[in-house]
Amino acid sequence: MQRRGRGRIAYPYTVWMAIFIVIPLFLILFYSFTEGDIHNIKDLKFSLNSYKKVLEPIYLKVIGNSFVLASISTLICLIIGYPVAMIIANTDVKYRNLLLMLFIVPIWMNFLLRTYAWMSLLSPNGLVNRFLLWVGLPKLEIMPGKGAVLLGMVYNFLPFMILPIYTVLSKIDKHVIEAANDLGGNSVITFMRVILPLSIPGIVSGITMVFLPAVSTFVISGLLGGGKTPLIGDLIEQQFLSSRNWHFGSSLSIILMVMILISMAVMSRIDNSPEEEGRKI
Amino acid sequence: MDINTTKLLKQGTIKMSKNLIELRNLTKRYNDMTAVDSINLTIKENEFVTLLGPSGCGKTTTLRMIGGFEDPDEGEILFEGKLLNNVPAYKRNVNTVFQRYALFTHMNVYENVAFGLRVKKVSNSEIDRRVKRMLKMVDLEGFEKRNVDSLSGGQQQRVAIARALVNEPKVLLLDEPLGALDLKLRKEMQIELLDMQRSVGITFIYVTHDQEEALTMSDTVVVMNKGVIQQIGTPQDIYNEPINRFVADFIGESNIIEGVMLEDYKVSFDGLVLDCVDKGFAPNEPVDIVIRPEDIRIVVNPDEGMIKGTVTSVVFKGVHYEMIIESDTREYLVQRTMMFPEGSVVGMNVQPADIQVMKRGDMPCSVEEEEE
Repeated sequence: MQRRGRGRIAYPYTVWMAIFIVIPLFLILFYSFTEGDIHNIKDLKFSLNSYKKVLEPIYLKVIGNSFVLASISTLICLIIGYPVAMIIANTDVKYRNLLLMLFIVPIWMNFLLRTYAWMSLLSPNGLVNRFLLWVGLPKLEIMPGKGAVLLGMVYNFLPFMILPIYTVLSKIDKHVIEAANDLGGNSVITFMRVILPLSIPGIVSGITMVFLPAVSTFVISGLLGGGKTPLIGDLIEQQFLSSRNWHFGSSLSIILMVMILISMAVMSRIDNSPEEEGRKI
Repeated sequence: MDINTTKLLKQGTIKMSKNLIELRNLTKRYNDMTAVDSINLTIKENEFVTLLGPSGCGKTTTLRMIGGFEDPDEGEILFEGKLLNNVPAYKRNVNTVFQRYALFTHMNVYENVAFGLRVKKVSNSEIDRRVKRMLKMVDLEGFEKRNVDSLSGGQQQRVAIARALVNEPKVLLLDEPLGALDLKLRKEMQIELLDMQRSVGITFIYVTHDQEEALTMSDTVVVMNKGVIQQIGTPQDIYNEPINRFVADFIGESNIIEGVMLEDYKVSFDGLVLDCVDKGFAPNEPVDIVIRPEDIRIVVNPDEGMIKGTVTSVVFKGVHYEMIIESDTREYLVQRTMMFPEGSVVGMNVQPADIQVMKRGDMPCSVEEEEE
């Protein structure tokens, strides 16, 4: 009785899920496989044309760009985030939360606002360049361009890499590290064979949490890339808002979703086999 | 070394003769708390030494300094005559069995044990031989591929011991290794550990707060309190001749009585004058007297006893009855196999050899507060 009673509490959520997640998903799927006037249901007919359009070189390049930029920014986040997480995890408890706050506080600010801030910093006549000019150094010309987009991605998503890695690292039993030292492992061996393998779950969730928003972002490339390197997110936005080609936009979304699902499946495989990883290193 | 000496060493005739580890004025402070206060200790080869004391007495800190996980603030650690202070943990010929085992959860049993050998770049065939032999010794054959998380406490504990012993260290440090096991398993492991120590012939430094464990296993017991060594001796010495009130109270149950040493071999308390076997005190020096509960004999006729008293409580403890007998001046804890009913008036006798007289020092604290 009680179980059934409790189950009922979940009904509103089920309804919510159906209305705002499942139905839109099917709509997107429906639009992606049809063509015609979206406002006139009778006019729609089955078609694979929008998927064929995705295969055109110009769009493949956009998808490729998205994945390359997202991968690079994920890698940079990992390279910066791991040592930072390690430093925070090894900091005295008294200062640890303060340090952690420094990396989290930017998330509290609006995402757009932060990106606009970078815009005004990096623009050809922005603060950075005025400073360089004043010092007598050559101008920095990364904005608009891929460099600025990368910087924006790394800046925005870095905390999502640091947090999960920090959580895993801070949970590693100090005695396990001492045991590795005790058994003859210097700090490099201890890191490679004990700390790193034990922190793989953190790395995996960090990569997932950075890669997913990075591959589908559209604001950062729009603002910092100046439209020179459109990403798949920009393309989708464009199809829905300006080009009004919902069919093409839908098939792009579906393709992006499938790719994300595949990469998540790959990541979860790595996450589930840390033992093998650790043994081989 | 000539052949004869080598032979003798192998036969174990001159074993436990060479000094292996020396601690000199070793001190460790945390902020303004002194965890270990200028201790001196010599540990011989093949010795089973136990550091015993209540929690917070500095025993684990001492062990961690020997292992290289804590830097001493003052004093020296000598290993085979050489200063060990600045040698990092991974270069010390010492291995540790940690309190909660600290196994590598991302590796299976085999790889846990092989870790130290892999780090030292021992050949694979040699690793295989030594790991298999070690797993056989700790009775874990066939567990090679098992995940350490799937093992029971006793099995994890044995993996931890195998992981340390496979490196053939000169010294094995054990930090309350049996603390997490239940009583029966703990007793079994005590005997197993002792067997291992005898068969591999290496020095064990063992930390525990369990006095029974210390008495059962050790060649030498080091009793510590508040960072200071109270007494060093064989289990028999520590039990029979505790040096002060703390040791007497911590090791086993005891009647501790304040008295006065009248002259050599004569001690007095509660208006009684008793013969004893202790000497070397100043005339009329105030002392603490220890009488173990099993050393008090009861006679039915109160007039035949040195002390007269009434039984006020009887508890059956299995091997013996534990009785509280109240005299005019104090209560005595007595353990006898024969029961005397509550309310009966009896006499109590103590042999001179069973009276242990101790110098009265400053009592740093009572044991009860600190014990876990």
